[in-house]
Amino acid sequence: MAAQLVNITTMPDILHFEFMRNALLAAILSSVACGIIGTYVVVRKIGFISGGIAHTAFGGIGLGYYLGVNPLLGIIPFSLAAALGIGLLTRKAKIAEDTAIGAFWAAGMAIGVILIGLTPGYAPNLFSYLFGNILTVPLSDLALILILDLMIAVMVWLFSKEFLAISFDEEYARISGLKTVRLDMLMLCLIALTVVIMVRVVGIVMVIALLTIPAAVARNFSRTLHGMMGLSILFSVAFSIAGLWLSWVFDVASGATIILVASIVFLATALVKARRISLSR
Amino acid sequence: MSDPVIVCDRLCVELGGTSVLLGVSLSVYEGDFIAVLGPNGGGKTTLLKTILGLVKPTSGTVTVFGEPPGHATGRIGYVPQSMFFDREFPISAWDVVLMGRLSRKKLMQRYNSADRRKVAEALEITGLSDLGSRRIGALSGGELQRVLIARALAADPDLLLLDEPTASVDPEMKTTIYDLLDRLRERHTIMLVTHDTGTIGRHVSRIACLNCSLDMHEKGSTLGRKALDSLYRYPVDIVEHIDSHGGSTGEHHDHA
Repeated sequence: MAAQLVNITTMPDILHFEFMRNALLAAILSSVACGIIGTYVVVRKIGFISGGIAHTAFGGIGLGYYLGVNPLLGIIPFSLAAALGIGLLTRKAKIAEDTAIGAFWAAGMAIGVILIGLTPGYAPNLFSYLFGNILTVPLSDLALILILDLMIAVMVWLFSKEFLAISFDEEYARISGLKTVRLDMLMLCLIALTVVIMVRVVGIVMVIALLTIPAAVARNFSRTLHGMMGLSILFSVAFSIAGLWLSWVFDVASGATIILVASIVFLATALVKARRISLSR
Repeated sequence: MSDPVIVCDRLCVELGGTSVLLGVSLSVYEGDFIAVLGPNGGGKTTLLKTILGLVKPTSGTVTVFGEPPGHATGRIGYVPQSMFFDREFPISAWDVVLMGRLSRKKLMQRYNSADRRKVAEALEITGLSDLGSRRIGALSGGELQRVLIARALAADPDLLLLDEPTASVDPEMKTTIYDLLDRLRERHTIMLVTHDTGTIGRHVSRIACLNCSLDMHEKGSTLGRKALDSLYRYPVDIVEHIDSHGGSTGEHHDHA
């Protein structure tokens, strides 16, 4: 209902603004990555690793400011290093996963704080990297998001049978001769790239919500992993556009509104599910 | 005698500082249907995982088809315990069985019609042809168990390794699964581990008792009471080991 109303009345007006068109494009492009990768994050229950990767990326934002380059470019090495670091430490050095995540999470934030402190002057737009601002996405960032989107889609298409195997039954995948640790690292790197994409939309603090909620809601209606990916993308687009519109109407922060919309839908479906389970007992 | 498929020689495995397997020697020959019995924590699953190459032995050796573990990928069909699976995972029975073809494919290579034919065959053998499209969350314990057996069969293996195939199924389904294994033994060497001592003796050709160390019960052999007392430190069911295929009664194990 609400979405129809938007289409008929409000959206065309909004679309006269170029920044609004960019915002819509950013919402759709980022939803592709977070629907595909979020599906793996949810079925493998690795949301906390994803949160760790995202927060470590704050170091990259600091690096971007310090070197005077696009903070999004600074995030890429940091999130990839976090993905590989957390992944390899837990698998090769047998360090407890939550410990490794906590260490990287805090170290990344610390590096970011120090580098921003060392940067002369004040850090403009810092808030938008922390909590997202979909209304200020420049075309150059859209291009970067598109490239990362394509990389993720191609990788997932190439390795779909391997990724399904390590997600469903890692032990069996290993017995079948797959190099599961390498595939695992590849998947964590794809999560890292998704984090880069999502930073513009919801910021590093809230990436974890958009990476998990659309997929978690989609799982209730999906019979296959690919179906779940498709549905996650649709949910993510719906949350982003609904959040964007509400933030426009009420003049509040866009990233936070998107997350709130997603959270409310998530809670509603969780309650429906809980009710169904208690009725069937 | 035919070539041994699995040879364990004085195998010792330590996990987290405790000995799980202590000097286990065991040979499994082509055409064998061997059951490894023992209490929980007796090292049954560890023995399977060592044979699969998932666990490294502390000392001693294992060979599978004459090679170290992990080299005979594709010739081994492994059926893990079904209770450890995430039933919420959005995957159909068909796609689980298709995963059995993984060992026959190269990295990034896609499944083709030959793979799908194998899946259809495996589902047919396990009596699941009608359930292929069903999500695994909607299967009963016994159906999921048979899906996992079908997955192992889809790889066209020579050796089947099964971990507690009857642990999470009701008694009726147990019979179905043992009947299925009875049919499969004609084309496959089978090794299963179980703590289900009730009916297993009627189906298998050999029984091994494992509690860190291993006792082999060959046909016609008898074990001293003392040895049995030291193997099982608590009373267990009587295991009747009848060689149904020879028609004659084998030895009678009295596990006091």
